Amino acid sequence: MTNEEIKEYISSLAPAANYDETGEWLNILVEPTALKPLMAALRTGKMQMNYLFCVTCVDFKTHLTMVYHLSATTHRQSIVIKANVNRDAPVIETVCDIWRTAEFLEREVFEMFGVNFTNHPDLRKLILEDDFKGFPLRKDFEDPINMIKL
Amino acid sequence: MYNQTEIIKDTSELGADGELVINMGPQHPATHGVLHLVVTLNGETIKKIEPHLGFIHRSIEKMCESLTYRQFIYVTSRMDYLSSHINNLGCALLVEKGMQIEVPDRAKYIRVILSELTRIASHELWLGAMAMDLGAFTPFFYAFREREMITDIMEDTCGARLTMNYIVPGGLMYDLHPDFQKKVKAFITQFKSKVTEYEDLVTNNIIFQSRTKGVGILSAEDAISYGCTGPVARASGVSCDIRKIYPYEVYDKVEFEEVIETAGDSFARYIVRVKEMNQSIRIIEQLIDNIPEGDFVAKTKNVLKLPKGEFYSRVETARGEFGVYVVSEGGTTPHRIKFRSPGFSNLSVLNHIAAGGMIGDLMASMGTLDLVIPDIDR
Amino acid sequence: MFSLEGITTSVQDWLFMKFNPTMALAMECIIVILLSISLFALLGLVLVLMERKVAAHIQIRLGPNRVGPGGMFQTVADTLKLIMKEGLVPDMADKFLFNLAPFVVMMVGMLLLAPIAFAKNFQIWDINIGVLYISAVSSLSVIGILMAGWASNNKYSLLGAMRSGAQIVSYELSAGFAVLTIVVLTGSLQLSEIVKAQENGWWIFKGHIPALIAFVLYIIAVTAETNRAPFDLAEAESELTAGFHTEYSGMRFALFFLAEYINIFIVCAIGATLFFGGWMPLHIGHWEAFNHIMDYIPSSVWFMGKTFFLIFLIMWFRWTFPRLRVDQLLNLEWKYLLPISLFNLLLVAVIAILGWHF
Repeated sequence: MTNEEIKEYISSLAPAANYDETGEWLNILVEPTALKPLMAALRTGKMQMNYLFCVTCVDFKTHLTMVYHLSATTHRQSIVIKANVNRDAPVIETVCDIWRTAEFLEREVFEMFGVNFTNHPDLRKLILEDDFKGFPLRKDFEDPINMIKL
Repeated sequence: MYNQTEIIKDTSELGADGELVINMGPQHPATHGVLHLVVTLNGETIKKIEPHLGFIHRSIEKMCESLTYRQFIYVTSRMDYLSSHINNLGCALLVEKGMQIEVPDRAKYIRVILSELTRIASHELWLGAMAMDLGAFTPFFYAFREREMITDIMEDTCGARLTMNYIVPGGLMYDLHPDFQKKVKAFITQFKSKVTEYEDLVTNNIIFQSRTKGVGILSAEDAISYGCTGPVARASGVSCDIRKIYPYEVYDKVEFEEVIETAGDSFARYIVRVKEMNQSIRIIEQLIDNIPEGDFVAKTKNVLKLPKGEFYSRVETARGEFGVYVVSEGGTTPHRIKFRSPGFSNLSVLNHIAAGGMIGDLMASMGTLDLVIPDIDR
Repeated sequence: MFSLEGITTSVQDWLFMKFNPTMALAMECIIVILLSISLFALLGLVLVLMERKVAAHIQIRLGPNRVGPGGMFQTVADTLKLIMKEGLVPDMADKFLFNLAPFVVMMVGMLLLAPIAFAKNFQIWDINIGVLYISAVSSLSVIGILMAGWASNNKYSLLGAMRSGAQIVSYELSAGFAVLTIVVLTGSLQLSEIVKAQENGWWIFKGHIPALIAFVLYIIAVTAETNRAPFDLAEAESELTAGFHTEYSGMRFALFFLAEYINIFIVCAIGATLFFGGWMPLHIGHWEAFNHIMDYIPSSVWFMGKTFFLIFLIMWFRWTFPRLRVDQLLNLEWKYLLPISLFNLLLVAVIAILGWHF
């Protein structure tokens, strides 16, 4: 599948998607609300993206961006789905019922960035202590004891 | 780490009396480090396994945000310490990809040879440790006999036995030790003559087979869905070797087979790793006599600046797919860096494959997942 | 020919000459107690060192070689360390049972020493139901282990003790049947009689294949009974950290440790007595000259040689095999070993009735 075909296919699923082809892979920016149906369609539809190999979040100071790296074990074409979420009250729907690996990856994003995943079966802190305050991987995180400013 | 009341609430949901919650780790002989598993038992049968991570969390991703592109490579040696060379390689590949640095052939060959040596060393350690989990102490010493030769080669070449830090963006830090080829050949001879000892001691042992066959079965669909990579996924019949799918360095010039088993049980995972060691030997044999002469490092600027954008590179470590994702704002340090560690995804499958089995099965499943805790916690 | 028999008779004669019979008996008791305690200490030291050396050579290393010549005093140093250590008792533990358990396990080992013939006419108590006594007393050690596991107030200990209970109760059967085959062949429960019956050849050679099967069954069963690898589920290190003795430290731990080795010695001594003729030298039928040459080797050397050979065998198992899983362990006993031993006993009975053995 060429990038054009993928774009066409995704536009039919999520009309409001923005595309960015400057990087190695096709980047698709969607609205957080449109993410879940698009992901489900990508998994079960003709693209068969069955391999979610990276879920992470990036803090751009004005907003947080959820980044999902998708691939398929059949055709090996990778695409990147992104969704900007509000920095003050970040909420997005979980994809862990589509790809099981998302369960742990989303828990990590939850504690590191504070993104709330709705419908996640077990959204608790995974790595940090239960009473940890703040979201360490956000740019404005301050820890005067453990962090050394370079 | 966890809330006691929460655990009790969890067990009451299961609705049966006489359940036992035991904490395996962070100080437990089988968890190989500081993994903490909360295991709910009914007699000897495992109901549920819940991993609690973070005992060795150093927030390497946050740390890397303040390190330059030359510096951040060396932090990754401390993640998956058993394949530190391959981690370094993944990061160097990312910087080279972003800055379009042409790496000299000599460096490429040496990088691949060292990667494969690292892979053998890692699998050797795993073999010993897993046999120990199953109660056999002796294979550990046999495996370490060969591993010792590799660490000696590494010490000669890089000056370090575990955290190599030998790779710089654009090539290598130093040229090879003059004895390198001789020592690697001696190692290959020794390894080939001794690998049959593992077969006798472990593979053909009837107790070992009955402990691992049919234990911790992972289907191909689940392996993909859980994001498993490396030997864990290949034992389930998923082709996922980055060296074959997206060849980097000189992997497209060498002949080797991607080892795939279809059973998906602990024994298949064992077999995949043992066969992989032989394939690594095959790769080294093809390259060791053909290391081209020339520079070992490309000329690069003193200050590396990645252009604005996003970059992703992946390599096949001993445990699976290691990915580095960098968001660059054009400065000397990354804006955001994410390490996709293979151990993290492989750990998430533990509850799925070990629940319903016995405590002894948990050891076999966990042993063959080959978990390295610093790689999971990062 | 050197024999321990002379010493024991002369000591007894001297005692009975000097004191009245009651007093003499009391003196003998004290001597026996002192001797068995020192035997325990000595065996502990020797066997632990032997285990470490055997393990080292199987694992291509050297083993202890710093303390004393060839590391001979390593176990002494270890014992000193254990004596100096604080014996901790966990919170909420049943203190009485917790402290009692190591001694129960230890005492079982001591009781089992009584009917063993160490050399010709060198036996503490030649009881006429010796074999029965051994089977009965050896099962008591599980009580000590269960006590330890329950009293520790630790889940690992409890699991280990439960496993141990299931295991010892099961494997007791196979061991019992294996012993019974020899009893059927000999026609006596008395250990001295069993040894005497092997004067013209050991049972393992005389008893045809059934005796060989019985020996293999016996070795497997006693390896399980003494909680040794590959049947060391009760203390399965990688699963239950240390099983039933997780919470023990200092000398109490040392007692468990020692009891394990003493038990190995005892089961191997019994195995040697039943299948390899105990102190009886290697005699072959009517080869008078050969038999006479063999008689020149002291009987105690024969006994110790055979016992230590069996101990070496059990140590060899430990450092070669992985551990079984708990259900596989019980399957092995109830589905394979027990039917085989029942059938084997039947076979031996037929052989004994028809007089087919040599």
